[in-house]
Formats: sequence, C-alpha cells, structure tokens
Amino acid sequence: MSDNNKMNETMIGAPMYDELGKSNIRHILVRHEQSAAHMADGFGRVSRKPGVCFATSGPGATNLLTGIATAQADSAPMVAVTGQVPVAMIGKDAFQESDIIGMANPALKYSYQPRTPEEIPTMVKQGFYIAETGRPGPVLLDIPKDVQQNEANIPFPDEVRVPGYHPWTDPDMQNTARAVELLLSAQKPIILAGGGVIISSAFAELQSIAELLMIPVVTTFKGKGAFPEDHPLSLGPIGMHGHAEANKLMTEADCVLAIGTRFSDRSVGTFEEFEKNLKIIHMDVDPAEIGKNQTTSVAVVGDVRTSLRIFGKLLMDKAVRPSDDNPWLKHVKETKQYWRENLKLHPGEMGAAKILRKLRELLPKESIVTTEVGQHQMWASLFFDAIHPGTFFSSTGLGTMGWGFPAAIGAKTARPDVPVVDIAGDGSFNMTEHSLATAVLEDLPVIVFLINNYSLGMVAQWQRTFYDRRMVGVDLKKCPDYVKLAESYGAQGIRAQSMDELEKAIKDGLNSDVATVIDIPIDPEEDVLPFVAPGTGLKDMILPS
Amino acid sequence: MVWAILSIKVENKPGILFKVTHLFRSRNFNIDSISVGVTEDKKYSRMTITTIGDEKQITQIVKQLDKMIDTIEVRRLDVNNSVYRELVMFKIKVSKPEDSMEINKLASAYSAKTHDAKKESIIVEMTATPHQISAFEELAKKFGIKEMARTGITALEREEHEH
Repeated sequence: MSDNNKMNETMIGAPMYDELGKSNIRHILVRHEQSAAHMADGFGRVSRKPGVCFATSGPGATNLLTGIATAQADSAPMVAVTGQVPVAMIGKDAFQESDIIGMANPALKYSYQPRTPEEIPTMVKQGFYIAETGRPGPVLLDIPKDVQQNEANIPFPDEVRVPGYHPWTDPDMQNTARAVELLLSAQKPIILAGGGVIISSAFAELQSIAELLMIPVVTTFKGKGAFPEDHPLSLGPIGMHGHAEANKLMTEADCVLAIGTRFSDRSVGTFEEFEKNLKIIHMDVDPAEIGKNQTTSVAVVGDVRTSLRIFGKLLMDKAVRPSDDNPWLKHVKETKQYWRENLKLHPGEMGAAKILRKLRELLPKESIVTTEVGQHQMWASLFFDAIHPGTFFSSTGLGTMGWGFPAAIGAKTARPDVPVVDIAGDGSFNMTEHSLATAVLEDLPVIVFLINNYSLGMVAQWQRTFYDRRMVGVDLKKCPDYVKLAESYGAQGIRAQSMDELEKAIKDGLNSDVATVIDIPIDPEEDVLPFVAPGTGLKDMILPS
Repeated sequence: MVWAILSIKVENKPGILFKVTHLFRSRNFNIDSISVGVTEDKKYSRMTITTIGDEKQITQIVKQLDKMIDTIEVRRLDVNNSVYRELVMFKIKVSKPEDSMEINKLASAYSAKTHDAKKESIIVEMTATPHQISAFEELAKKFGIKEMARTGITALEREEHEH
C-alpha cells in the first residue's frame, strides 16, 4: 500500500507490519488502540485529511471502536485499518477474530473487507475519498491476514467512482435567494455557526456576511472557533453550558441562519421550545440533517462554504447596508456587555475562569487547543476564547473522555509549528494518560493543562444539583500524583497552585522540548454555570447565585 | 400514522441487507415487511420495504437511506399508483372430507392455487395485496390455519399517464 502517493504521511497504530517499515510513512507507536484512533481523529480535524490508525484483529480492533464512534459523531475524517483472521478462518471463532465490520457499522461512514489483494488499491483509494469528502467520517478497512500477505501486481487507480455516493450537491439558487430574503426581512436576526463552518473552512465567508449585515454570531460548541470570539459580533457558544448572552439572545431572535449544524439537544435544549417563534434557515452539506430535529423554513443543501459564497454574492447584488444602530443590535451589545461584566465567577484565586483566561493571555493565538470531556471542557467553552479560525477541537458529539490528549498529539503531528494544548480534567486525562509515552518518545511536545478537582466533576455537579448532594462514585481521592506520573514517562510535570506559578508553568511548557503536564488543583466544589438542565429550553438557564 | 412502500435499489454485494436493516434499528424506525431480489441488471438488487410511521419519520427514513453509500436509488412509491403484491402460503387444516372442496372453492375465489392436498391439510398459495390476504386469512380461520408464510411486499410504480 505504500505506493499510494496521496496517502497521508502519518500513521498511528500498534505493531502489524513489515512493509510499513520499508516505506517513508511516519509510524507512531501508541500504548492503546483507542488512543491511536483519537490521534488519527485529531490529525484529521486539524489537517482536514484522514488520519490513519492501525490495529490488529480482535481486541485491537474492538479497542478502536470508541475512537471510530467519536470521529463519526463529530464528522472527522479517518481511515482505520484493522487486521482480520485469514479469509478461510472467518466465521470459525478463530483466535483474535472479531466481526469488527458488524460491530462498527453504525459508527462508520463506510467499510471494506478485501478478500483478495487485487481489491485493495481500489478500496484504499475509495476509502480515503469517502472519508474526506462531503460530510467527513471514519472508514474502516478490515484486511484478512492472508490478503495482507499475498502478493499481486496491481496498478493503483488514478480515479475512483462510487456510484451511490454523492458527497456534495450544488446549493439550490432559488432557495438561497429565499434564504437571503427571509434573513433580510427579520427584525432580530442571528447567525448560528456549527462545526460545518470549520470543516469546510468557511470562516471568511461567514465573517463577511456577519459584518455586512451586522448580525450577531452564536456558535454551537462544535462550532467554537468558526468565528473569532474576540469579534464585537461574537456572542460565543449556545447550549447546555453556553454563554449567558448567547443563550439569551438566541431565544429572543426571530430568525436564525444556521450553518453546518445538526441542532443537537446539547446545543438547543428541547426542540419544541427552540423553534417556537423562530424562523430557521438551515445550510448543511447533509440533506438528512434538514428537518431531522427541527422545522426548517428554508433549507440550502450543499457545501456550506459554497452556499455562503452564493449567499454573500446575492447580498452584494442587493447592495445591502443596514445601519449598525438598529434597536436589535443595540440590545445585543447591551446584553453582551451586561453579562460580560456581571456573570458571577468563582471567587478563588484559581477559579476556572481566571486560569483559563491566563492561558489565553499567554498562548499564541494560532495555537491549537483540544479538550477532554467534563467540567473543564465546559469551562473552556465559557472562558477560553477561540480567536483564530479552526483552532479549538473537542469531542462534542459522543463526549468521549480521554479524547483530548491523544487528539492533541495527533494535532501536533499535523501542525508541529504551533503550540498544542489539551485543556484537561483529571478524570478524563486519566483514561488515556498512557499517551504520555507516545508524546515523549515520538517527540510531540504537547501541553496538558490539567484542571484538577480530584473528582469526576461534572457528575459530582449533577449529584450536588439534582440528587441532594448524595455523592456516589465521583471521588478520585488524589490518585495519581500527576507531576510524578508525568516525570515517570520522561515528561515535564509542574504543579501550579497560584497565579504566579501558573504563569511560569505555562511559559515553561511553551518553551519545553518535551511534553508538559501542568497540574492545577482547583476547588472541587466549583460548578459550571450557566447551566441549561436537560429537557428544558435555553431560556430556563440556571445562573450562578 | 401512514403506511409507506420504499423501493431501494442497492449494489448486489454481501452485507448490504445487514446495513439497511441496521439503519432501521439504530434510527428507531420499524420494518413492516421486506423483500429482496436481483434486478434486471445483475449488478443491483431491489429491496422493497414497507414501514409505518408519521410523515416526518418516513421522510427521514428516505433521507437516511439515500445517504447510505450502498443505495443507488431510494424511492417512496405512491401507494395509489403502484402495483404491490405479496406471496403467501397457508397450510390449512382439513378436518372432514367436505372441507377439502370448500377450501378449493375459497382458493379459486381468490385466484389462489392449491398444492399438496393431503387428508389432513392443503397448502394454498396466493399472490395478493395485504388487504386481500387478511380477508382470506379471516375466512380460512374456520378450517384452522396450521402454518402461514409470507414473502413481504414487492412493488413497482405504474408508468405516468401519457396524454
């Protein structure tokens, strides 16, 4: 397979292979297959080309599953390659046999199991094509051992056709024109940017439309980084832990231009409540997302960058220039300012908002940030501004604890030129901390910004909020010591217990040649607020008291 | 709730029936009946799936099926403008000698064929709409139905009228 000149240069996996050793493809050894999948995912999201991960048959393959499902939930391009028992042994319950295609099917964009070596080149070519086009996703190549070992002289195809696959449709001009009319007729318009804006690199198109019309922009959590969060029109993410001003203004708007989003329950709360008194213009590459969770007034199906270009062109033709002192915009500015000044924050020196704002202050704007899953992730959403386009990534759909660190390592392989930071919580980092070995040995010096409350903080918060403080299974009891853990892998471990120590630690991490874990103990009782409780609408947001 | 007939052209490859049925399961849709066979072009198979749901669900099923890479064409047939039939076999109990004649009469009234006439049972084979099958089933109950097997619906849409 090494004759595929278009194949990405980085592969991540557990040992499998003799031919790979003779190629110039970079191989990165990991300590657990789940981490391999997350690394490939992180590489894929940052480079927008499929990351590749390898695993052996049976348990190796099943260990990839969580990573594959994570990539699928967040539309990340990935090609996973698994070993399989020889063709003649399939179905015989052979040693380390698993029906990985059957198991992974609902989490895959597509899958292949070649039965002869002749099939491999076309399948590889098609697999990469499918993984990275349209709405990206994971593709699995499950290759039986004898098919790997047999030799054949097969040309690599220049082009592939996949008859039932139509990754992009051209945006319908009439619908786009209707969308323009509808947005222009709104009294209180808002733009909701989703992950699709990042995937299709539609940053400039989005910004020019927002600025031309002076329309405020909220994002989904997945869309964080689709629009610069230091921009005057930016309100930040909506959702369960969205910004107060974003949630508030979203519920007040009468028309939303929603771009590249699937209206997840975590973003919009209850669907009925969300769409009440709201006209929805929905742009998405995936026709199956139109009307799935919400009622759409106008739908524009197609690559969102193309759709936004046409949309922008139609606006230019109309020579639109609304004044920037209309009552809605004035209200938006006031609401934003009010919440930016009045949201009550944790009073301690090492409160989540303070430490994340310190990180933002010291981190170059082009740095790439990933997160783990939990309270720290939502604090990052609230208090860490993503400024440069496409610099913030998180497991938003599946919510996979343990994703952020290996994904950061994968991101670093794609962008070795910029700092990469995993904003982590202790419970989540715990799940893939073995990747420290990979970060150190493969010379991928990422920074783990470990917001440590020695507990499974999000669950603890729900137990405090909804279960009368009956705390069950959430206390991690100061185990392990993350400084010693980092050092045992040959990484740099720094504990930061004051703002001065934190500032020094971040600078040390940025200057370090090896991976750094900054262990930041915080108040284990600090909650993430605002909070939209599950099953309620965005207007029912719980605020800090 | 409406009853819909979906006609799905897929690549004639192993594993596709699994993927289609898996989609119904994982998206919480139901399959009322399913039939599969090769088309005029041996590269493709046609699956005919009938399902019950509200309009929104059925629209969503069609979209999700359409999105599948293995599906070449997905159509929701217009029930009023399609020929749809199902093949069913009944093994009907024969308790007394005159039952045999009565079952034969009933079968011929429904243009059904009889096979394997034995002292204890007769197999009746009919191709009909689900509605006709239910009607026959009701009438056959008085003899006693020992076993029943049905294929699920298959269907083709009528050509547009030429004016």
